[in-house]
Amino acid sequence: MNRVAYLLALTLTVLTAAFLAVPSFMSMLAGVTQVYARGIASGLTTDWIVEVWALYSGTVWRSLLIALATLIFTLLLGVPAAYSFVVRPTRLTRLIDEVMTLPLAIPGLAIALAMLQVYGGWSWLRQSSFFIIIGHVIFTLPFMVRAVAATLSAVDIKTLEEGAASLGAGPLQRFVDVVIPAAAPGILAGALMVVTLSIGEFNLTWMLHTPLTKTLPVGLADAYASMRLEVASAYTLVFFIMIIPLLVAMQMAAIAARRSSGVRP
Amino acid sequence: MTSSSTSRPSVGVQLETKDIARTFADGTRALKPTSLSIPRGQTVVLLGPSGCGKTTFLRIIAGLEKPDPGGRVLFDNDDVTTTEIEHRNIGMVFQSYALFPNMTVSENIGYGLRLRKVADADKAKRVKEMLALTGIESLAERRIDQLSGGQRQRVALARAVAIRPRILLLDEPLTALDAALRERLRTELDQLLRSLGITTIYVTHDQAEAMVLGDRIVVMRQGEIVQSGSPRDIYFEPANRFVAEFIGAANVLAGPVTDGKIRLKGGTIPLATTQPNATIMLRPEAIRIDEPERCSWRGIVASVAFLGDRQRLTIAEASEQPIHVEASNSVSIKAGDQVGLAVEGRTIRVLSE
Amino acid sequence: MKSRQLFALACLLPLGIILAAFFLIPLVRLFLIGGGGEAGFSRYFRVLTMPRYYEALASTTILSLAVTAATLLIGGIAGIFLARNRFPGHGLLVAILTFPLAFPGVVVGFMVIMLGGRLGIFGQMTLALLGERMVFAYSIIGLFVGYLYFSIPRVLLTVMGVAEKLDNQLIEAARSLGAGPFAVQRDIVLPALMPAFVAAGSICFATSMGAFGTAFTLAAKIDVLPMVIYNVFTESADMATAAALAVILGLCTWAVLALARLYGGTNVAAAG
Repeated sequence: MNRVAYLLALTLTVLTAAFLAVPSFMSMLAGVTQVYARGIASGLTTDWIVEVWALYSGTVWRSLLIALATLIFTLLLGVPAAYSFVVRPTRLTRLIDEVMTLPLAIPGLAIALAMLQVYGGWSWLRQSSFFIIIGHVIFTLPFMVRAVAATLSAVDIKTLEEGAASLGAGPLQRFVDVVIPAAAPGILAGALMVVTLSIGEFNLTWMLHTPLTKTLPVGLADAYASMRLEVASAYTLVFFIMIIPLLVAMQMAAIAARRSSGVRP
Repeated sequence: MTSSSTSRPSVGVQLETKDIARTFADGTRALKPTSLSIPRGQTVVLLGPSGCGKTTFLRIIAGLEKPDPGGRVLFDNDDVTTTEIEHRNIGMVFQSYALFPNMTVSENIGYGLRLRKVADADKAKRVKEMLALTGIESLAERRIDQLSGGQRQRVALARAVAIRPRILLLDEPLTALDAALRERLRTELDQLLRSLGITTIYVTHDQAEAMVLGDRIVVMRQGEIVQSGSPRDIYFEPANRFVAEFIGAANVLAGPVTDGKIRLKGGTIPLATTQPNATIMLRPEAIRIDEPERCSWRGIVASVAFLGDRQRLTIAEASEQPIHVEASNSVSIKAGDQVGLAVEGRTIRVLSE
Repeated sequence: MKSRQLFALACLLPLGIILAAFFLIPLVRLFLIGGGGEAGFSRYFRVLTMPRYYEALASTTILSLAVTAATLLIGGIAGIFLARNRFPGHGLLVAILTFPLAFPGVVVGFMVIMLGGRLGIFGQMTLALLGERMVFAYSIIGLFVGYLYFSIPRVLLTVMGVAEKLDNQLIEAARSLGAGPFAVQRDIVLPALMPAFVAAGSICFATSMGAFGTAFTLAAKIDVLPMVIYNVFTESADMATAAALAVILGLCTWAVLALARLYGGTNVAAAG
């Protein structure tokens, strides 16, 4: 009975993994196959990747730039806010926390529509990548704040700070010398999350982009609609290559965090 | 200390383990082949420092771990070695209590009866008995997270006993509590176990707990039993230096023996042994402070800690290491005094080592 | 003490300003636009009486419910299994099962095409086995499969996280009282995982309701609400209706997550 249940669960788990892995694998394969309809027999090639790079390399660089800018803004806005949430929780911080996490509950499409209504007419903003960056900041902020706040509450930052204060450190000095180092693991985890989400963000970006501010996922949607399967696959392959290091880094950061925190009470 | 000769009903089974050993996958030996026999109704305490194999031993008896091939566990004459824990009919109290958070106190206590398909009326009656037995009637409908540590401990015990187990296993059931509560519950638990009279195995690293609770104490170290006996035997006649130092406070001294006397730094003590060199143990309360000139063994008081009912002295220069002495609170003494140390021959234990 | 309060406030201020300017004000504006024009706020009820819109809302809800149920079943079993068993290849399985977490909806749509599109592996298999190339990517099945694809990793991770923290002594205690494998699952494991299921299920549902990229890539024949909103916005340029529908959709997803939070007491968050 026990054995049967074990095997059934194992089978289901493996089948589920196959369901997720097979299409990614087929797509990677298609990206380097001459003619996918005729299979690998038609020969392997890097032509499609070269073509994708010629057509879409701009989107790759833009996505990276946007992710980096988003990261900088979420750090500047999010880390101090997370500190404030943990050290001085008030009705105001709870309210801000509620509002901040709303973008997780509301579809990106609706948020983008709302942003367009107010700022769509500001053509300098509307035309620049900055508009997309703002959208990404709104969408990724809660991840940064949550990660940092979780770390700060785990290390009991209040007591650490009181210790620093008793030695004569002022608020700003304490923030730099005590808070930021204590928050470092959370900042790292949050940063990886923010960059990964920003690079893959589509729902908001599709509404906010212009023909001159196409990001990687927007380019992907383009390619899926208008290019042959091999080009679309090669482009997807480029995307995979970009996010896999991020995912691996995230895993490693999570493992390192678990190790350093040891057994939690 | 409660006398272990109190008469009690004998229920439960006689437990017999034969050559139980446990080797982990990486080759480490958690338990060397161990045989132990516990008569029906007796409480045996497995005592030892962490990592001594006592918990592994308990988990094998419970059926949570399998012994290496060759080992056997018998309840009376029933060989349960390959029986899963759920079919062994044992009661177990865990260190964390492991109370089910999705059930009330009553539901927790009645869970084992529910699984045994006991009729509702009988079940309710038994749960009530258990609540009364452990003195927590007023908590019957509480959720687990509304209970204090001591209350949780009682629920865990009531739950384990409710199924009328063949044997009761307790894995450090008081460790999670603070010291004062631990001491109070220790006595209470002792009375309860005695009134139940179930064959009980109690695992702990706390020697004071072992003294109060055990009919028999089994001292373990590095995966094997080093001594087994009544609390009195273990205290007064430790088998070796490890037991001597683990149970209570002990002064362990070594020196050459000539003319029926052991020579120490501060003098000599009469000792009946034929060995040229001996290691002896002296309990702190067995050493009496006396005038220096009346004693053959002397030292200098290094510190005095007044504890109210008695004083704890540290004596220097009497031996290579400082000597600990428990003195009566009426002795007037201060650091720097020269003192004589009187020892009665029958309180000296020569250690084999 | 005063300076401390000021410092904490100063830490909060930039975030507050950005949120207000680029999120709250636009959201309020969207709500007002949805209630503007001749129709006024009655538009919020009127759009729901129009077949095109309420049918879209209904089919999106049914699809999301079905996806949630299937995901909880699959992700729940696989999550508990992976949390409670260790075997060679365990790490690889977990890696594969969580990899799609970072896929945008459009890529998930493309994965469905690789599975069930004209050149998809499913079509090739049915061609070889049945002599007929079966294509499901562009039907409601394609959407279902796609939503399943991006939901499973999230549910699995949530369930695994909680199942790994489950105190093993609880299970041992239940077994010592006579509980077999089935009773352990029923009485101990599932009740302990219930909050995780509620949290994961609500995230899964809300994400499916608002998912746009997958439907966009598949250009499915079935109208899900986000696609309808997009079409109303771009094709008919009927801003008021698009705004009203977007507000309704946002309220639906927010309400589900808020309810789940009330029940579970934990913070749940959807992404995407």
